Amino acid sequence: MVLNCRHVWDYISGYLDNTLDAQTRADVEKHLEHCEICSAVLDSTRNILILTADDRVFELPVGYSERLHARLAQAMLEIPLDEPESSA
Amino acid sequence: MIEKVLGGQTETFHELIRPYERSVYMMTLSLLRNEAEAEDAAQETFIKAYRALGRFRAEARFSTWLISIALNEARARLRRKQPALTDSIDDTSEGSVTPAQLTDWREIPSASLERQEVRTLIRRALAELPLAYREVFVLRELEERNVQETADALGITIASVKMRLHRARLMLQKQLAPQLKSVVPTSRRRFPWF
Repeated sequence: MVLNCRHVWDYISGYLDNTLDAQTRADVEKHLEHCEICSAVLDSTRNILILTADDRVFELPVGYSERLHARLAQAMLEIPLDEPESSA
Repeated sequence: MIEKVLGGQTETFHELIRPYERSVYMMTLSLLRNEAEAEDAAQETFIKAYRALGRFRAEARFSTWLISIALNEARARLRRKQPALTDSIDDTSEGSVTPAQLTDWREIPSASLERQEVRTLIRRALAELPLAYREVFVLRELEERNVQETADALGITIASVKMRLHRARLMLQKQLAPQLKSVVPTSRRRFPWF
């Protein structure tokens, strides 16, 4: 099947996740071989996923863990655990 | 460890939650978009989890259960701030997203990330995603949850997870590719997979 660009854009995620069936993947790759626009869309989408997944994008606030456990320790002194449900 | 906590060794709860501190904060931050409030919501999440630990069902993953509590906490805060929070999505009625059709941004990601400006652009773009897409994107891409876990945590179908993730990715590509093109020097080499 010959795919146009819009079809290929719909398959970008499936292609990146490797969840396309073999025939569709082959059709997408055939299109990518000659379409500079779609191969750039694929490249840039993949790159943005790599960038967003980097831990440096979202760093934990300094002292977050210490503050969390301090508050938790205080709460645990004050709050009784719920009774486990009898059906458990 | 859960049994120990329930059996009275409550200090064990501190160790139980350590692997999930980042995930819970990421989830609350992605929804609330404010670091101080996200931290407060994360703390509340763990306190609520401690209180409700006896009701945790082992058939769910502990991490998924925690994320669900974090989601509820963050959503409740959002509703208090924006009672008319809609952000609802009809999975079938929305059209497809058209990506940015640039051919000249193919910068090497690791090199790009050294720039604070790039990190700021990424955070801003993520924060601007519609809520339903942001939730899925954070769970799948940042937290690396699988499709089933993501569906379970959000209470949506696997098909919705896939559809929302695809749209979120293309929305980010559409917004970020032109901006990154302007802040990152034109690529000097192509990626090896093409």
